Amino acid sequence: MGLRDIAIVGTAQRPSEINSTFTSVELLLPIIQEVLTKVGIERQDIGFWCHGSCDYMSGQPFSFVAAVDAIGAWPPIIESHVEADGAFALYEAWVKLQTGEVDVALVFSNGKTTSGPINRILNLQTDPYMVAPLWPGFDVLSALQARACLEAGVVTQRQMAEVAWRSQRDGKNNPFTLSGTEMSVDELLSQPFTVDPLRAHDCAIPVDGANAIILAAGDAARRLAKRPAWIRGIDHRIDTQRLGARSMIESSSATIAAQKAGVGKDRIDVAELHAPYTHQELLLRQAMGLSESTHINPSGGALVANPAMAAGLARFAEAAESVFSGSADRVLAHCTSGPLLQQNLVCVMEGE
Amino acid sequence: MSGTSSHSLKNGVFVAPLEVAFPYKRTVGTLLSRFFTSLQQCRLEGTRGSDGRVYFPPAEFDPLTGAQLDEWVTLPDTGTVTTWAWQAIPEDGQPLAHPFAWALITLDGADVPILHAVDALRSDRIATGTRVKVRWAQERIGGITDIACFDLLGGA
Repeated sequence: MGLRDIAIVGTAQRPSEINSTFTSVELLLPIIQEVLTKVGIERQDIGFWCHGSCDYMSGQPFSFVAAVDAIGAWPPIIESHVEADGAFALYEAWVKLQTGEVDVALVFSNGKTTSGPINRILNLQTDPYMVAPLWPGFDVLSALQARACLEAGVVTQRQMAEVAWRSQRDGKNNPFTLSGTEMSVDELLSQPFTVDPLRAHDCAIPVDGANAIILAAGDAARRLAKRPAWIRGIDHRIDTQRLGARSMIESSSATIAAQKAGVGKDRIDVAELHAPYTHQELLLRQAMGLSESTHINPSGGALVANPAMAAGLARFAEAAESVFSGSADRVLAHCTSGPLLQQNLVCVMEGE
Repeated sequence: MSGTSSHSLKNGVFVAPLEVAFPYKRTVGTLLSRFFTSLQQCRLEGTRGSDGRVYFPPAEFDPLTGAQLDEWVTLPDTGTVTTWAWQAIPEDGQPLAHPFAWALITLDGADVPILHAVDALRSDRIATGTRVKVRWAQERIGGITDIACFDLLGGA
């Protein structure tokens, strides 16, 4: 039995904020309305809802249940939640659509990253016996990876600064991000280390954000969008959680996921990579075999706006929009999770 | 970093602190029970994986095959830094209260490194390849923090 053709037909993103005083429901409600309006359908046309968020960030167990208020639970709906980035909720929705039980799904995610010390909250994702009790945080772990890459000659400090410079330049044109600094590559390289060998520009800016995407299958997708972004391949792979046991200078899970998603079958016009650290973008490009002709993160990427649990789904929204507009034909969206690119989800989409 | 919680009024919305803790107890399983008991007694023990690599801290299950590992290897208290980062301003709960290095350290006789702190005092005193030695915590509870940190071998 073949797979159903499934496409992204609409997206909505909330402009990034810092120290938002909105609740999750208040963050989500406008963008759920916006994406429904854009696609021209009603709540009751959605066959499946799937949400990505993290209770640790809200500081409330089952906080995602409250978020159902943003979509409305009457008449009864079919919904699910992943304690992860919304990109993984999109994967679940894609599987649900593959079952043939529903034709249209709405995926949404939110993260109030700045309401707590995110570096310490994410520390709780690490091994509870061997790593978490030392409280390293993600910036430190990424710094260890960056030094290994620098010393192996896999990346250079200048390449890392160039990634930051390009991301900040492109992020300025993106209404959903916060504007970064306007330093040259040389100026960036003269900045002090925050966690040696990382500087401030090497680390993503935590923001509060939310976004929503509508997926549809077959004829429904053709009806709902002029140029749907058809999902041609999607794959999720995980490296061992043992930090020392995996290579610090490559990402084998990203390589396998990209291969399985069909990245190498044809050229990629635009790749939206979820890389919270500059050296990780360089690692991902190498791991996935992306060529110089691929336009990397025209949105500015997660470096200039990293709403935890929504930054991956934002990559899908940005990549799909470039297909909608006709500016790209074959695009890649990526999401990572866990320390040091532990998990990688890769999706290839095409316009017709 | 945890000192950010205070009452404030922003755009007419009152923002109140919320601090959540999860102080549970759970069993660590038979393999890690042996490891943590050994640590408490100042013994360093790793496990050997299916490819012959020695893991310290021990892997319960082979990262390559998923098989349960049960071959123990006793290791010395010295090792080598394989990568490092500098914590200029230590945070709550971290191994040292003054500036220190984080490092992946491969113990002599092991193949897979451990994450821990090195009390290097200054960032120019540590590099990849630096030799280090375990400093035991005075009060040991059977946890990874029974290793207080690593010291530079020979004072560097």
